[in-house]
Amino acid sequence: MTADEQVPAPRAPQPRPRTRIVLAEVSRPHDRTDRTRAELAQQTRVGDALVRGLVRAQLSLALRLSLVVLIGLGGLPWLFAIAPTVGRVTVLGVNLPWLLLGVVSFPFLIAVGWAYVRLAERNEQDFTDLVQRPEH
Amino acid sequence: MGNGFVVPAIVAVTLVTLVIGFYGLRLARTTSDFLVASRAVSPTWNAAAIGGEYLSAASFLGIAGLILKYGVDVLWYPVGFAAGYLALLLFVAAPLRRSGAFTLPDFCELRLGSRRLRTLATVFVIFIGWLYLVPQLQGAGLTLATVAGAPYPVGALLVAAVVTANVALGGMRAVTFVQAFQYWLKLTALAVPAIFLMLQWQADARPAVTPPDGPAFRTATTVVVEQRAALTFADGTIRQVRPGDELTFAAGDPVPEVSGVADGADWLLPSAAGDDDRGLFATYSLILATFLGTMGLPHVLVRFYTNPDGAAARRTTLVVLGLVGAFYLLPTLYGVLGRIYTPQLLVTGQTDAVVLLLPDAALGGGTTGRLLAALVAAGAFAAFLSTSSGLLTSVAGVVSTDVLGRGSVRGFRLATVIAGGVPAVLALNLSGLDVSQVVGLAFAVAASSFCPLLVLGIWWRGLTDLGAAAGVLAGGGAAIGAVLVTVLGPPLSGWPATLIAQPAAWTVPLAFTVMVAVSMATRHRMPADVGATMLRLHAPEALRL
Repeated sequence: MTADEQVPAPRAPQPRPRTRIVLAEVSRPHDRTDRTRAELAQQTRVGDALVRGLVRAQLSLALRLSLVVLIGLGGLPWLFAIAPTVGRVTVLGVNLPWLLLGVVSFPFLIAVGWAYVRLAERNEQDFTDLVQRPEH
Repeated sequence: MGNGFVVPAIVAVTLVTLVIGFYGLRLARTTSDFLVASRAVSPTWNAAAIGGEYLSAASFLGIAGLILKYGVDVLWYPVGFAAGYLALLLFVAAPLRRSGAFTLPDFCELRLGSRRLRTLATVFVIFIGWLYLVPQLQGAGLTLATVAGAPYPVGALLVAAVVTANVALGGMRAVTFVQAFQYWLKLTALAVPAIFLMLQWQADARPAVTPPDGPAFRTATTVVVEQRAALTFADGTIRQVRPGDELTFAAGDPVPEVSGVADGADWLLPSAAGDDDRGLFATYSLILATFLGTMGLPHVLVRFYTNPDGAAARRTTLVVLGLVGAFYLLPTLYGVLGRIYTPQLLVTGQTDAVVLLLPDAALGGGTTGRLLAALVAAGAFAAFLSTSSGLLTSVAGVVSTDVLGRGSVRGFRLATVIAGGVPAVLALNLSGLDVSQVVGLAFAVAASSFCPLLVLGIWWRGLTDLGAAAGVLAGGGAAIGAVLVTVLGPPLSGWPATLIAQPAAWTVPLAFTVMVAVSMATRHRMPADVGATMLRLHAPEALRL
């Protein structure tokens, strides 16, 4: 797991006998570093604040979407428990709980996931733009 | 059973698995090929492979059986199994890929720099892996016994041997192709018969699932009881039955009420407040275990390393969510139609066999029915093979690097044999465990140990090695205790039984609380490089920092 081990070239013709597996990626500071990147890499106060901002944005996005699922799905057992009549409602001949859990829940989960991927990538794009912004 | 198509179908699936494994063997050359497929697997292949690996015996057979038996309340199993991928996507997927960790122990060492924590994580990976492998092998044994009349050990040992050979010889690149193939096989094996079943149901003038007079036998049926139960007949007489008892019913006879099986309104409607608070607690506990347990399963995480970057890991997870969600629409249908066409399973107690027996029973034993039954059996075998391969790859990876301390291809092969042998022996000696229940407990252990470790490790700078270890020991230890009491202990009743059978609702909060509290008390042990780690976990690769 040390950082100075090399990742083996894939499919080398004669792989030499290896004793350890490189499990972590080697992360080297890149040559092309402008000031903001250097600040990020060197953990200056500015760089640290940038990273904290990104982490906070991504975490609050994840928590907000979890809340959507928590209310949308997690509320169902409670709803069925306090209002048993909801369970007796039938749509197209099927009782509502069967329809909600057996069918509707899956597209709902996928929709939340799709929204997350879009928004998380936008957060990252904002962060990249911030870092790569030309210095004045 | 006497269905001549079943054995050839199972043999074909096994052979195709071995052939694709062999084809992969020619491509696998170096250690990195073996372990992470050189990270050259395309997202679509990878997503299908993740789906193929994830849909286990519990998904393929167990869910339909539970729905047949208990009704609407257990629909939370498929919902939770799918929602687990959403939790994984929201909190873990991209940062974990960026961490460069290949296994959970790697992540521990990388984030917290502690060898001891790594060892603890290794122990949990092996425990969860074996806990999950045993029911797969048992399912294989039961399937072969049900559809082909083979003795129980044959199926269990067959799957154990095929999977061990395949993983040891082909490594993960081979397994990736095998898994992707098996996802599509499993989907086909449930979807095609489902279409025929729906058509048959239409042709039979749509018999009601919950007729007002209770379910009835459609044909004259002889039932051989396999589990002790109390039967209440339509005329009010109660009869205790033991395994081996034979009962004969004429066509149109009502199905007796079986103790422990949900009936009528209980089956159709969710548990209501007041009459059964334990039911509500168990439901929420199940939701928590399945939502949060997926991210802690060792064979799920390994796959993320084969994505080229964090963004690809996210997109792959979203595709997996779609693939898995599509699959989970089907078991419900089998469980519901089983209520109409195979009510005898409620009396025998062999509800797990509903998926295997339904096509034949509904379509009336013609060639179509037998071909569909063979297809379903092949799909079930694909489920055992793929999940066991994935589990075995990850357990063997951990054993070879952390226990044997060798990273060579030979070391990996030795580790595979060890990692596959132990659950095979366990499966032969523990044949009485319920497949779905054991799988549920594996999720509970994962949710109370690795879920807090991953979520706090990725999002909270304040986590320390001592805090992580204390949380894993408290939460995971409590969940393991619940597993051991379930497997070895005396039968319980009332609240203790509920708390032990569905422990996640108290063990997960316990793990989070202990982890946070001990970390705050040991602030001075926070790793010095936590800032750099956070940057690496969350910054997009495009920046090339």
